[in-house]
Amino acid sequence: MRDETRRRLLPAAALAGMLVLWWLAVELFRIPEYIIPSPAHVARTLLGDLGTIARNLVPTAIESVLGFLLGNLLSIAVATLFVHQRTIEEALFPLAIIVRSIPIVALAPILVLLFGNDMAPKVIIAALVCFFPTLVNMVRGLSAVNPQALELMKILSATKAEVFWKLRIYNSLPYLFAALKIAASASVIGAIVGEWIGATEGIGALIIQATYNFDTGLLYASITAACVFSVVFTSLISFLERRLVKWSPGEA
Amino acid sequence: MSDSVSVRNVSVKFSSDRGETEALRDVSFELPRGGFVSILGPSGCGKSTLLRVVADLVSPSSGSLSLFGRSPAEARRSRELGFVFQDAALLPWRTVRENVELPLEVGNGRHLSEKASKPEDLLELVGLSQWHRAYPHELSGGMRQRVSIARALVTGPKILLMDEPFGALDEITRDRLNDELRRVWIETGTTILFVTHSIPEALYLGERVLMLAAHPGRVREMVTTHLPSKRDISLRETPDFVKQAGDLRGILESCG
Repeated sequence: MRDETRRRLLPAAALAGMLVLWWLAVELFRIPEYIIPSPAHVARTLLGDLGTIARNLVPTAIESVLGFLLGNLLSIAVATLFVHQRTIEEALFPLAIIVRSIPIVALAPILVLLFGNDMAPKVIIAALVCFFPTLVNMVRGLSAVNPQALELMKILSATKAEVFWKLRIYNSLPYLFAALKIAASASVIGAIVGEWIGATEGIGALIIQATYNFDTGLLYASITAACVFSVVFTSLISFLERRLVKWSPGEA
Repeated sequence: MSDSVSVRNVSVKFSSDRGETEALRDVSFELPRGGFVSILGPSGCGKSTLLRVVADLVSPSSGSLSLFGRSPAEARRSRELGFVFQDAALLPWRTVRENVELPLEVGNGRHLSEKASKPEDLLELVGLSQWHRAYPHELSGGMRQRVSIARALVTGPKILLMDEPFGALDEITRDRLNDELRRVWIETGTTILFVTHSIPEALYLGERVLMLAAHPGRVREMVTTHLPSKRDISLRETPDFVKQAGDLRGILESCG
């Protein structure tokens, strides 16, 4: 129980310490507000402009969640195909690695040109960001099955589908969740990057607008809102993981 | 002979990039229904390969097998084979009971009702009734192996193949499981092929010991043991047991 308290209190104390340091730095070095606002100023903006921030968080949240679902469902489907059709994997996996090494920021303008200024390109960018880490982990999770468990399934004359649903899927869950936790925060980044290229609303649009207006309070407050959403999203995935993956990982 | 396991002139060759390796050469033996044969030999003698040939996991390069009149593939499809691996190979996301039920859920397992055993009876048989809701990571190594024995028996197999199932366990657990396995064998009447590299284990468990020599794996000798059918741990201290173990060791050492 003491360890539990420590585990929660120490990061909170560290966060509080950093806020105090930030505040002191701004006060002591007299840093002008249009360069770095004080934490108090950010907090005031966050509360004062809560309506604006919330209104802009909604599209960003929708884009990241939709992108997250689309990207991950697609990568799970592709991983399943890869595991069952090795030839397709051998043909496509190297291509996937090449596509993956294109910086997403460079891809974003192309997608905005292709799909216009509304939500679609942002969802696609968020999906792309999620797709590759999940694909790599999912392929590993579906194939890294205990060889004796596979032999057991063969002795039991199990069909390919049974091996998949009784063995591979469960085996992949710890790998999948490791990727999903990364994908959750990555999808928010993807959505915001998409909004930078061209959007009239959303946290990304708000960030651009606040920067041009030297409205640092609003800039920091928007970032804080995106950060809180990202943390909540990731925690939700962790919660699901604890509910679904009850066995200790790495054992077979 | 349709009422026995018969292995005739079985050879297995594996080919890899470095050429061909001969895992088994011209292996033949006969095992009557309800018998218990230990397969003993040094590492590299192909004892695991032999078991995998019987289980239809490896195809022989030449020779033939008959498991009570059926080919290994037919026996596998009609669920007459139970296999216990060295690592219990339980599915970590399933409870003890769900692990034992797995063979009834896949393949043609759902249509086995007439000869299948009840999972709870088998858990009773291996002494794990009160653990049926536990997950594998909550069990000791010996308990996991008992679950895997119950799982192998749930389809009511005619032949139980065991590949060094107690090799990774401590000696005390291993001795206790040897006793339990003898009891399970007597209660179920299943034919058992048991691979081990432990001389006392091979002698204590089997009615006969199939001794293999290595490089390539071939039959050295089929030794019939002379021990009372009712056995307990104190048997291992008797001069008779010690002498027979010494004889087996002698044969094993002359194998090279």
